[in-house]
Amino acid sequence: MSSFLLKAENIGLQINQRQILDNISLSINSGEILTLIGPNGSGKTTLVRVLLGLIKADQGRLQKKANLIIGYVPQKMHIDMALPMTVKRFLQMGIKANNDEISHIASTLGVLSLLEQAVQSVSGGEFQRILLARALLRKPDILVLDEPAQGVDINGQQQLYQLISSIRDEFGCGVLMVSHDLHLVMEATDQVLCLNTHICCTGHPEAVSQHPEYLKLFGTSLDGMAVYTHNHNHSHDLSGDVVEHKHHEGCKHDH
Amino acid sequence: MIIDDFIVRALIAGILVVLVSGPLGCVVVWRRMAYFGDALAHSALLGTSLAIMFDMNPLIGVMLIGIVLSYLLIRLQAKKDLSSDAILGILSHGALAAGLVMLAIMQSQGQRIDLMGYLFGDILSVSWSYLIWLSGICVIVLALISWLWQSILAVAVHEELARCEGISVDRVRLIFMLLMAVVVAVAMKIVGIILITALLIIPAASARRFAKSPESMAIAAIVFGLFSVMGGVLASMQWDTPAGPSIVLVSVFLFFVSRFKKNVG
Repeated sequence: MSSFLLKAENIGLQINQRQILDNISLSINSGEILTLIGPNGSGKTTLVRVLLGLIKADQGRLQKKANLIIGYVPQKMHIDMALPMTVKRFLQMGIKANNDEISHIASTLGVLSLLEQAVQSVSGGEFQRILLARALLRKPDILVLDEPAQGVDINGQQQLYQLISSIRDEFGCGVLMVSHDLHLVMEATDQVLCLNTHICCTGHPEAVSQHPEYLKLFGTSLDGMAVYTHNHNHSHDLSGDVVEHKHHEGCKHDH
Repeated sequence: MIIDDFIVRALIAGILVVLVSGPLGCVVVWRRMAYFGDALAHSALLGTSLAIMFDMNPLIGVMLIGIVLSYLLIRLQAKKDLSSDAILGILSHGALAAGLVMLAIMQSQGQRIDLMGYLFGDILSVSWSYLIWLSGICVIVLALISWLWQSILAVAVHEELARCEGISVDRVRLIFMLLMAVVVAVAMKIVGIILITALLIIPAASARRFAKSPESMAIAAIVFGLFSVMGGVLASMQWDTPAGPSIVLVSVFLFFVSRFKKNVG
């Protein structure tokens, strides 16, 4: 049985007389990936902020493991251009990491070549991975990612989710992430919590995808609209560069 | 050329103030707090007049009012129905008006008050005893800045991220505001209430293109500040211009010169 990192019981929050969160209970254990999904305005980001301790809930209880180290990757972040800072310095802020550690994690995330650049000069997708690297360098017990795939194309998204799940395997940390698309995160998550102010349904991703409450929120549009899958004759690595497929023996598919 | 004693004192005072206004000014630029600096500066007049009234050291009066202003700002910001911009405008001009009214009342009671000195600085009348005060204050402020530098930087980059990483953001913000109040109090003598923000912002802005790291920007801001103070004091000697505005003019000139430099990062 894995130990719990973060536990919320009956969390409730009102902002300007509007119920944002209603009776939310959840717990995240180490080595486990929990994904929050829900439509716009369903309170996903607010819940994350409550769990992080950035805002206080009106009701309920929040329990944290003692000395919990959180690696947080915010949804959006703007660093003033007037602040001179290289990517490397940004990664190092507030921690004692040696060059080997930094290079190791930076290359895992495909940002090694950016280390000496100004942190404001990188693209949105690159910055997401820099934020992830920064979170990992702190050796977190739990990784909190708010819409990590924002601004990343579909292929990159799948790769990012695979990366997150391999990070979980390598570092053994718990992961809490917010996503808008269950089908994309399906393989990379252990547990899904479908949120719409209250918890609509929760459980394993396959179970949630069949749940009537989930279907009511997101519809069955996927039946009518087949997801366009095209066969690439190449893949993209994390930085979007084309890499040739490595073929297995007996690989038969057409190119 | 014989350098008079009072010029030496003026230069020393300017150098001491620039040592603290350089790094703090960088943070003001990064966190876009210029308007807060203005509000603090405007409240300094009220602080001074209250200090004269209660026969205190003006520095202490200015710091106390600065602390009150910071406290009011934090309280008013907590309710999010008005922007910081509007709140600062109210506090800033409210404090300025209160300061002017207070001074007028005291003048009518026969107090002799050099309003121009407060508004535009009086660096040439700095005394040795003031310099001793000033150096003590500057050492304390510099020590606090270097002690808290990493946290100040983390908060400047992203407050929420800093909070998640275990930095007590509220404490850092509070201490930073207090440091600003102190710097405003000491810079008032140098360039005057109206131009204090200039001494914070302009050298920091000039330093931007010469810096690749936050620390090098702070140091470059000090260097630009030093040149401004020296140039300004000498120019005011040469052409008999007011010292405070001359210092600011030199810093503006250096700012435009710095724009010719290509960005390094």
